[in-house]
Amino acid sequence: MKKLLTGNHAIAEAVKIAKPDIIAAYPITPQTSIVEKLAEMVENSELDAEFVRVESEYTALSVILGAITAGARGFTATSSQGLLYMYEVCWWVAGSRLPMVMAIATRAVGAPWNIHGDHQDIIVLRDAGWIIGMVESAQEAFDMTLQAFKISEEVSLPFAVGLDGFQLTHTAEVVKIRDYELPKRKPLPYTIEPSSNFALNAVTFGIPKLKARHEQAKDLEKSKEVIRRVDKEFPVSYGGLTEEYRLDDAEYIVVMMGGWCGDAKDAIDVLRDKGIQIGMLRLRFLRPFPRKEVEKLDGKILVVDRSNSDYRGVLGLEVSTVKHDIKNVVTGFGGMELDTQDFVKIFTKFVNNEMKKDVEWWYDSA
Amino acid sequence: MILLRGNTSCQGCPHSIAFKALEYLENPIVLMPAGCSTVIAGLHPNSSLTIPCVHVPFPSTPSVSYGLSVGLKRRGIRANVVAWMGDGSVDISYSLLAGSALRNDDIIVIVVDNEAYVNTGVQSSGTTFWKAKTTTSPKGKKEERRNVALQMALHRVPYVATASVGYMRDFIKKVKKAGELEGFRYIHVHCPCPSGWGFESSKTVEMARKAVQCKAWILWEYENKKFRISKISKKAKGDLKDYLLSQTRLKHLSDGDIEEIKRKIEEEWELLEHLEKL
Repeated sequence: MKKLLTGNHAIAEAVKIAKPDIIAAYPITPQTSIVEKLAEMVENSELDAEFVRVESEYTALSVILGAITAGARGFTATSSQGLLYMYEVCWWVAGSRLPMVMAIATRAVGAPWNIHGDHQDIIVLRDAGWIIGMVESAQEAFDMTLQAFKISEEVSLPFAVGLDGFQLTHTAEVVKIRDYELPKRKPLPYTIEPSSNFALNAVTFGIPKLKARHEQAKDLEKSKEVIRRVDKEFPVSYGGLTEEYRLDDAEYIVVMMGGWCGDAKDAIDVLRDKGIQIGMLRLRFLRPFPRKEVEKLDGKILVVDRSNSDYRGVLGLEVSTVKHDIKNVVTGFGGMELDTQDFVKIFTKFVNNEMKKDVEWWYDSA
Repeated sequence: MILLRGNTSCQGCPHSIAFKALEYLENPIVLMPAGCSTVIAGLHPNSSLTIPCVHVPFPSTPSVSYGLSVGLKRRGIRANVVAWMGDGSVDISYSLLAGSALRNDDIIVIVVDNEAYVNTGVQSSGTTFWKAKTTTSPKGKKEERRNVALQMALHRVPYVATASVGYMRDFIKKVKKAGELEGFRYIHVHCPCPSGWGFESSKTVEMARKAVQCKAWILWEYENKKFRISKISKKAKGDLKDYLLSQTRLKHLSDGDIEEIKRKIEEEWELLEHLEKL
């Protein structure tokens, strides 16, 4: 079945198929229409789940933390300030080694106020131990959300599905609603019930704490294989942790993630028509970081970022742990949209070797 | 036995007394944020509690408890999920607690109130007694003392009560009653703390009783939308000055201070009497 859906509604449709036991969320632009749709589905009995109306994002994730501790399947969604407000609980969910899925409509972080798209919010999850995906289309938002439940439950790590605020959350495209059954849940490593004879997350000093964090990191690393396998087994394969676009013979390689990759691909086509051998490695996952895929790259690399840490873009920093001598463009903040022509300009400057600095903050946009 | 011997509570710890009341709940699961109880419950890999215990981030206790309660229900498992919080936890999770009451979440909140952030070294909290010295109010607390139980009752929840570790039979009766009801149930337990307040560790129960007898702590219940002052408090007769001056934290009080505190207590008593008449 095909439906005209915004990115947000595509996620809601996927969540409905995943049949969560509990959804708790607090509204925040541009996420809100995901949970509004889910609330409607629950009220209309299309979805048998508890919908908990909470008073903050902190509570939203706390309620889900409790529910998944009891073995329930849980979902929430947030954005920007909301993600920061629930940040502490993000660490507890991951550290408790429990599966769940959260959609993040990526948005600028204040101050100053801005409700529009960039990637500055989702990158704060990098160290918490979550699997972090970023999609390029509403279809991929739908597909990745379904896969997220499966992957998360297999590796006992929480999964964040990122989609660009407004650019994907509020634009509609034709989405194929897949006839997809999630596997029956395998038993969790533990659940808390009255007969449980242990304490969960008690004060843990030194070596056992190191071990807990190490196990978490190892399993995040292992999740790469699970992500690749689930992607391959799915009705459509996106390429695993990354998607390659016209990369085979590329001398110039652009590394990016998110919704704007579509426009950047069009720019690559324009340059290809001029005989320039350029391609893209689209990062579908920020965590686990696709090191192997980046390592394999053979060509001059430009990373284009919608978030920064220190003077560099965050993906620029990540890629530079694998590849040296890269160029990094930081742009597209707070809803600043770049179209195909803008990317043609950026890529042409890169190809012509006119980027004199390693990092360039790009102001020029249509 | 809920709390095993050899746990790490201080001598005369009121919380270790309060834990006993949980024995009177069916299928209890206890959730606790950071605080004295976290340490008493045991450091990994040990646990001093004989019931399942989930440690949670500081402000999250009522919300995680509710999530757990829903999760268990979805799996058809019956339990009494207890959010076991200190007064510090009440302060930091105030909006979450109010949200939980508003939704009538199916949990039992038990607040063990030692009137300060004692675990971090006795700092002033919302329920710290009027004018009490703490490490962050070295000359005495200047702010009001908040009545959390009353504020919870105003959310029209099924059950609210105050209790004291000095009157365990009354406390246990209230816990049993809470265990038989559904929805948001709240019990606020007065927990005089020898190390936080400055009195001998053998006198916890005596201090708790003194507080109730001089009405510095009033026992009451809210059930079926009716307030009722508990019999123990109705019959209470005690010397306020003796209660106050037997604690290091209040030794500095002048006669004027004591008069002022007496007036505040009388006002609180009158308010409860009014509520009882409704």
